[in-house]
Amino acid sequence: MSASLDKGVRVLKEVIDAPIASYFSSCVHCGLCAEACLFYTETGDPKYTPIHKLEPMRRLYEQEYTLIGRLKKVLGLSKPVTDAELGEWQELVYNSCTLCGRCSLVCPVGNDIVYMVRKFREGMAVSGHAPEGIVEATRRTVSTGSPMGVTMHAVKAQMKHVEEETGISIPLDVEGVEYMALLSSMEIINFPEYLSAIARIMKHAGKTWTLCSTGFEATNSGIQIGVSDLAKTIVSRIVEGAERLKAKTVISPECGHAYTALRWEGPNLIGRPFTFKVQHIVEVLDELRTQGLLKTEGFETDRLTFHDPCQLARRGGVIQPQRNLINMVAKNFVEMPDAGKMNWCCGGGGGVTAIERAEALRIEAFKKKKSQLEAVKPDRLVTACAVCRTTLEEGLEHYQMNIPVVGLTEIIAEHLPEQGA
Amino acid sequence: MNELQFLTWVRGTGLNVAVGVFLLGVFWRLIEIYGLGRKKDLSAPRHVAGASGWHTIFRRSIPAQGMLKKSPVGYIGGFAFHIGLAIVVLLFAPHIKLIQSLTGLSWPGLPSQFIDLVAVVTLAAMVVVLADRINKPVKRFLSTFEDWFTWAVTFLPLLTGWLSVRHLLFPYSTMLALHILSVEILLIVLPFTKLFHAFTVFGSRWYNGAVNGHKGVAV
Amino acid sequence: MQGPLIEILARQGITRRTFMKYCATLASLMALPPSAGRAMAEAMAAAGVATKRPSVIWLPFQECTGCTESITRSHSPTLESLIFDVVSLDYQETLMAAAGHQAEEALHNAMKAGGYLLIVDGSIPLGLDGAYSCIAGRSNLELLKEAASGAAAIVAMGSCAAFGGLPHAKPNPTGAVSVSDVVKDKPIVNIPGCPPIPVVITGVLAHFLTFGSLPELDKHGRPKAFYGETIHDRCYRRPFYDQGKFAKTFDDEGARNGWCLFELGCKGPVTYNACATVKWNGGTSWPVESGHGCLGCSEPDFWDAGGFYKALSTPANPLKMASAAVAAGAVAGVAVSFANRGKKRAAASAHETTTLADLEK
Repeated sequence: MSASLDKGVRVLKEVIDAPIASYFSSCVHCGLCAEACLFYTETGDPKYTPIHKLEPMRRLYEQEYTLIGRLKKVLGLSKPVTDAELGEWQELVYNSCTLCGRCSLVCPVGNDIVYMVRKFREGMAVSGHAPEGIVEATRRTVSTGSPMGVTMHAVKAQMKHVEEETGISIPLDVEGVEYMALLSSMEIINFPEYLSAIARIMKHAGKTWTLCSTGFEATNSGIQIGVSDLAKTIVSRIVEGAERLKAKTVISPECGHAYTALRWEGPNLIGRPFTFKVQHIVEVLDELRTQGLLKTEGFETDRLTFHDPCQLARRGGVIQPQRNLINMVAKNFVEMPDAGKMNWCCGGGGGVTAIERAEALRIEAFKKKKSQLEAVKPDRLVTACAVCRTTLEEGLEHYQMNIPVVGLTEIIAEHLPEQGA
Repeated sequence: MNELQFLTWVRGTGLNVAVGVFLLGVFWRLIEIYGLGRKKDLSAPRHVAGASGWHTIFRRSIPAQGMLKKSPVGYIGGFAFHIGLAIVVLLFAPHIKLIQSLTGLSWPGLPSQFIDLVAVVTLAAMVVVLADRINKPVKRFLSTFEDWFTWAVTFLPLLTGWLSVRHLLFPYSTMLALHILSVEILLIVLPFTKLFHAFTVFGSRWYNGAVNGHKGVAV
Repeated sequence: MQGPLIEILARQGITRRTFMKYCATLASLMALPPSAGRAMAEAMAAAGVATKRPSVIWLPFQECTGCTESITRSHSPTLESLIFDVVSLDYQETLMAAAGHQAEEALHNAMKAGGYLLIVDGSIPLGLDGAYSCIAGRSNLELLKEAASGAAAIVAMGSCAAFGGLPHAKPNPTGAVSVSDVVKDKPIVNIPGCPPIPVVITGVLAHFLTFGSLPELDKHGRPKAFYGETIHDRCYRRPFYDQGKFAKTFDDEGARNGWCLFELGCKGPVTYNACATVKWNGGTSWPVESGHGCLGCSEPDFWDAGGFYKALSTPANPLKMASAAVAAGAVAGVAVSFANRGKKRAAASAHETTTLADLEK
């Protein structure tokens, strides 16, 4: 096994760039990022201040890429970054950061802190300091195709199940279709409703679509662990599949990280722009709606609210479509405080759900979501990310709040007009 | 060295050196920082990034949703001291005269009583911000020697300037010389400490705005 | 009060009442109690009739006679010049009738007696063994040391004697120094100004005559009574400064409206002198009132303080090193950038594709 501090330092030297230099030079230690981070607001522990999570990388930047830092290093005036130190930082870089990016939006000098955490993880991972849980998830994704060990067999079983339930056949490996749909393993295991919903909606809208046997898994734990090489391997499966099937658009499922990994990181990982479009399912549905291809009937009458997955809204730029869709089918939709761009994370993003040791902290941080929900007291909570959904369910259960969580796509599918009507 | 010689030195040699070090530092640091470059983003943009970058340079001065309540002292104190500093530095007649002699540009100043008031408010705001740094666990936790030091070198020019206008503590000429000297220390220190955010804040905000604009997030 | 002095004054058209008033003013200027005015008047009147009037020796060195002009102004005799009627001015090159050996003899006689007041105007050149300025073949330095040894006190009259003055200005070719640079063991009072205000001179002399001592001095050896406040503090144009109303040129509207001359280089804020209150030419006017900023002539080194017409807030030449500094900064920045990019490239080319095996130690 070959993880080492040297490798970590080398990779960090590779990823540190002008924005990071500018950010570190701009920080005035105002501490406002702490107020944006649910791990700080819910624990009150200053070590969770976002910019502090980058301290070893800051010192490395200074020692390697500034003249004064170099001089100080030569004169032995600066504290070198050690393996033990990076080990200590694991908790700060992984366990207590969901890459939600809220800090990046409040920093008064404009520091994109989450951008830096993402890069710092590159160095942490190859120096052997990524948490076991994410390492395992990544190992499974690379070796079996999915972080939860889901194989094509399981997908096929579910396809069969959905076909029987809906009477609609699920296309697989069909060339030249408009949409190629992806799934997240969480959906394959926990939320089969999603596949069924897609099948019904596509049929309703009259759009051609397919699943791809070589690229069905949307999630990319290579991004969360912070190893671009592995993330590239993972994303390449989707790219090859989509190009082989000549799909016009690839649909990222109800999974936030899967969306940003494919939509924003994907082309940069493979080193060229995609030949196809990437859309989150929520964007696809909203587009069908504006084209008049998505019609619904009936309304939900209970009080609904929407949890914006960070990666979809703040990190993905999809904020309005989900609201347009909910309003199609809900009479009593209320917004939580800070909803939309500034929504609070469920606490499970960035691979945190995969880290066993982070569970207690995650439950603590969930108090933020709890207070948001208490402010609006919904009957049900809608979201558009399977990981958020699981995290929300766990948190609600822990705090004994009886609020069912549902996926947006399913709700829409439930309101499709009856067949033939 | 008598008072006038001291004043003459700080206005002459001292200032020459300080301005020299400042300019040298600013150019060196800016090139050092931005010379690192960055990779082109290959993902298809939702919006053209540049406009959002420029936009963010201005808009990031306004607290994000809900943040003012979280840290009222930090924000209001910060605003008061940054704006106050700008008014005192840029709208006090003798300062304008200095800028004019350097650049040829000049503009109308504000009455000195008003500047005096602003200076007092700014000094108070800086003390409040310092108290906040001592009081707030996060700020105290983040603070290093540099944070206290840079506070002092920013505070001193303001304090000595105000004392010299008010003719307090020392004779005017001595106070004026101390004021100029403190500004010189500030100039020398600025490029090599966190005070350099005065320059990099624009780059940082631009990057942040551009990255978010690329994704279609209005920041 | 009677006596020869009062009669002399009456002959010049100055009444006893005017003289008393003058002494009272003098006392109040020096922040002395009102009774001191009468005491001064009496002391001066008495000195005028004493068989042995206080002996004064006035030595001129590297000077322009401006200081003498200031106090005597023979074309328009004033009360100030009458101070000479009460002292025995035993040696004053410009005023004395004697010349050559006669004059030297008067000097030596006065010095022999001792206990005299020594007034010096002009700086003392030390360069070339003092050859720049000699009287009767002897250097100023030698004369000063000799005259100082028997003096009760020394008055350094004008900025040259007090601080070195214009001869001391950079590059100071004659090696000019002040009296206090040479004489260390005698009480010295500095009355700087180029020239000093006449009433300040008389005030100090009257104080010496009345109380036998020198008035209270500031750290530059100047009588606090006259040099206690800045020109700026007592300037009648000060309200304009506070309102931010400045004359920008000598002939603009601001100048015509009598606005503050700060921006035209007035050194009032750093200059301690009594011009703003005492004024010149019998209280007629003073530089700022006549439309010109204060030069700061009563301050040490005022001649080298960065230019008479440069505002105090305006430095002499701060951008002197600007282009060199910018160039050096750019070179340093580019050099570091090159090194950084090399380092980054090296890190990138050393990149081995990370595999699963690389995630563990």
